[in-house]
Amino acid sequence: MKDKKEFTAIIAIIIAGIFLPSLMPVYRVQLSELWIFMVFASTWNIQGGKMGYNTFGNILFFGLGMYICASTQISYAFDLAEWTAAGGVKTFVHTVKQYFIGLPLGLLLAGIIPALIAGFLGSLILGLRGHYFAIGTLGIGIAAGEFATSVSIWGGGQGMTVPVWPKVDGQDLEILGGGMNFFYYLSFVLFIITFFVLRWLFSTRFGLILTAIRDNEDKAEAMGVPTMRYKVSGWVVSAFFMGIAGGIYGNINGYIEPTEVAFAGATFGVYMVLMTILGGKGTLWGPIIGALIFQVFKEFFWTFFLGWQLVALGFLIVIIVTFFPEGIMGWLRNNKPEWFGEVIDHKARLAQVKINTDD
Amino acid sequence: MILIQAPFLNLQALLDGLMVGSIFALVAYGMALVWGVMNIINVAQGEYVILGGYITFAVYKLGIHPIYGMPFSFLFLFILGYILYRIIVFRVVDKDMFISILATFGISIMIQQFMNMIFGSQVETALTGFGTIFLFDHNITLALVKVFSFVVSIIGAIAVIYFMKISKLGRAIRATAQNARAARILGVDTEKVYAYTYAINAGLCGLAGSLVAMTYTLHPYIGLPYTVRSFMIVIIAGLGNIPGVLASGLGLGALEEFSAYLIGQEFRIGFIFSLLVIILVYRSKKLAKKREYLK
Repeated sequence: MKDKKEFTAIIAIIIAGIFLPSLMPVYRVQLSELWIFMVFASTWNIQGGKMGYNTFGNILFFGLGMYICASTQISYAFDLAEWTAAGGVKTFVHTVKQYFIGLPLGLLLAGIIPALIAGFLGSLILGLRGHYFAIGTLGIGIAAGEFATSVSIWGGGQGMTVPVWPKVDGQDLEILGGGMNFFYYLSFVLFIITFFVLRWLFSTRFGLILTAIRDNEDKAEAMGVPTMRYKVSGWVVSAFFMGIAGGIYGNINGYIEPTEVAFAGATFGVYMVLMTILGGKGTLWGPIIGALIFQVFKEFFWTFFLGWQLVALGFLIVIIVTFFPEGIMGWLRNNKPEWFGEVIDHKARLAQVKINTDD
Repeated sequence: MILIQAPFLNLQALLDGLMVGSIFALVAYGMALVWGVMNIINVAQGEYVILGGYITFAVYKLGIHPIYGMPFSFLFLFILGYILYRIIVFRVVDKDMFISILATFGISIMIQQFMNMIFGSQVETALTGFGTIFLFDHNITLALVKVFSFVVSIIGAIAVIYFMKISKLGRAIRATAQNARAARILGVDTEKVYAYTYAINAGLCGLAGSLVAMTYTLHPYIGLPYTVRSFMIVIIAGLGNIPGVLASGLGLGALEEFSAYLIGQEFRIGFIFSLLVIILVYRSKKLAKKREYLK
């Protein structure tokens, strides 16, 4: 029953992912953002949901990936310092060949370098627990943004532009229907890969150990699990996908700026936490549902709150964490346990409910 | 290098640091109070400080000397803290600590945006016109308003400590901090205690903010560094260690001034957040040797 539902959902997502941009060509940017957000939430879920390590620092890998991808793309063909010094005034145009060798190279590096950094940072900071970890990672994310404003090769506080989509004979190159479509499908494919990797990871011993760490780390360690190694590997997986997501998002956005786009702890950094909690922490599907609802809500209602978006965001955070800390999946699990393959003895359940209400 | 060549810069940085550190200590004291009694890390701390500063600034704009803004800042934030507790914070008191971090983070975003809309995003300061004194042949300048804020924050901290020691509410707060369940059994209305603790914390932040408005500058988005500083001070000092909070507050202020001289003013925020990470990692590595962790 459960597997059948899951199978249907996966097929539905794939079909929607392939055909949505041709149905709603106006919303292509928002749709690609949706897949990126799903990657955000799903990878945050490894720490915050499965492992019980609530991090505000995953945005670090996103920003790093964005900068690394863009600088690789540029420096494959041109001098990076010259590019950022020109500030987008002087136009450098990549040829088709330069562009399509630079991009995969950039995305690859955007995955690998943040993953290495996560391995190093993780071995230092994952020894912290609970709220100390949360505040410490918040510090990392903000410090990264502050220091990125002083890296002059990345344009400092003014930011930098990313390479424009290559042109052939004055026309935009037609691959999968032009630049925006191309990056839409790229983010979609990234999400699908992330989803299947996580689905597989959560079903292995690795996923089991992450849950054990969340439930009782000391006990897990006493049972002989090298918890530190597993925590760090979990962060490396998150960082890898976050880095690639950053590389793609940089290209979609067309412009990189340290504190508002790349290391945007106050927007993206909070969105990923919020989406995961909204959907349900620690489940595979929760973050995806949360991201979908959040992005739809954000796109439809954000325009009504002109100038008040962040107030609305703050309000939303308070509402969600105080009233729905369990999320949608948690609510479903409590109210429709049979959907999760749990066999319910209705008589016993009614008696249980009665006891609970008598209390 | 520059510090060795110009010995007076050391003294200047030290004095400036101690003055600003006293304000940090006041904010950190409020955070330690809420953390110790309610087991909540109040991320909105910095926003309360800045809001308190803006209240004093509004008083100043009306043509009144900003010193008289201090009671207004204290009272306004006290009431705001009480209301926020009754609406939002009481829902997260007994929950997971991360939930309370997120909830107060939401509050902080809202306050930040409201301040941005009401007071605008330019840098403001409330001028006191206290003048400056010069020491050692004009090598060291000391704004009298900084001395004033130093004295006020020390007096404020001492007043709260005495309030905790002698008043009935103070005793109830300390009892709740030690064992909330036992206090409830013995007839302490813990909900009321929590509400007043949160309100006192907000009031202290308001007072500190009023000093910030007079001594330094205000901007809607500089709240979070104050939160992080007070968090740092509390974890260095340890919960419930009041002299420690004062000492580490002053120390942090001095360290920050020195770093601003050495690596540049623009890295001040980056320095604070990096220092936070370094301190946390150092503490956890030390504890890990004893097979313990920060609790």
